[in-house]
Amino acid sequence: MSFGGQLLFVVTGFLAVIGAVLTITQKSPLRAAVALLVHIVALAGLYLTLHAHLLAAIQLLVYAGAVVVLFVFVIMLIGAGAIDTSPERKGVLAKLVGGAVAAMIFATIASQLGSSESTFPGLPGCPDGGAECGQFGGVEALGRAIYLGAGLPFELVSALLLVAIVGVIAIARGHSASPKTPTELAELPPKPRPADPNSPDPSGITPAE
Amino acid sequence: MVSGLGTYLALSAVLFGIGAIGFLIRRNMLLQLMSIEIMLNSVNLALVAINRAHPGSHAGQVFAFFVIAVAAAEAAVGLAIVISVFRLKKSVETDRADLLKG
Repeated sequence: MSFGGQLLFVVTGFLAVIGAVLTITQKSPLRAAVALLVHIVALAGLYLTLHAHLLAAIQLLVYAGAVVVLFVFVIMLIGAGAIDTSPERKGVLAKLVGGAVAAMIFATIASQLGSSESTFPGLPGCPDGGAECGQFGGVEALGRAIYLGAGLPFELVSALLLVAIVGVIAIARGHSASPKTPTELAELPPKPRPADPNSPDPSGITPAE
Repeated sequence: MVSGLGTYLALSAVLFGIGAIGFLIRRNMLLQLMSIEIMLNSVNLALVAINRAHPGSHAGQVFAFFVIAVAAAEAAVGLAIVISVFRLKKSVETDRADLLKG
């Protein structure tokens, strides 16, 4: 890996860890969402160091462009109720001990993984030096891998997204919308009857004398 | 320091640990959903790094692509549930969601 790649890896890796830590420690969900945005953009940079150019673009489009915006939208919709207002309850010691144990476990795993010495092999070079030949992680190569090797899962993902959209509408619609089903109509209070049923006025309002 | 496969996997493990700790210690549902996103992102990083170490195919990047798609659907459904719970309880804390508690 070149020096520029090393520098990009160090900077984006540092930003990814900082963004993740800020995400889980911020009190305000809006600030946490901004920290999550930093984390996601840093991960897109890490994908660039790994020659996954199309995935970096997809990461920016889907995560930074859709998921974080969705988070911010929901936080704005909920408003002040999204902020933790209840004071810290008991269990601070258990929280600290549990967090320390979890951090030790994951640090052990990370140190063991980081001690492996295997480096990345060089990509197969282009015979004529063209920019489009043998591109690893590019649009054409990854597109071929998806459409030729995983065509059926790709179509199933479209079905999954459709089901998710329908499910989101069914869950978040709530019961405050205009009732249409017979059970919801039966639960309505009876409409107020007009004062004089024999009144010729269809609106039921008796004109004042 | 030469950043090889082990460096990326260690970074991925650290990020997954941060996400897991955040999911366990936070009581805000929105923050827990963000922690889930961090964990999914760390898995994606590991998949892409391993794919870089074995550049013969694009299997890791294809898996990461599908993980991104599923994560987007999961975020949408999770936020809808958060809105529904907030409509019931006027709160997004998991301690308040105790409808099934006996």
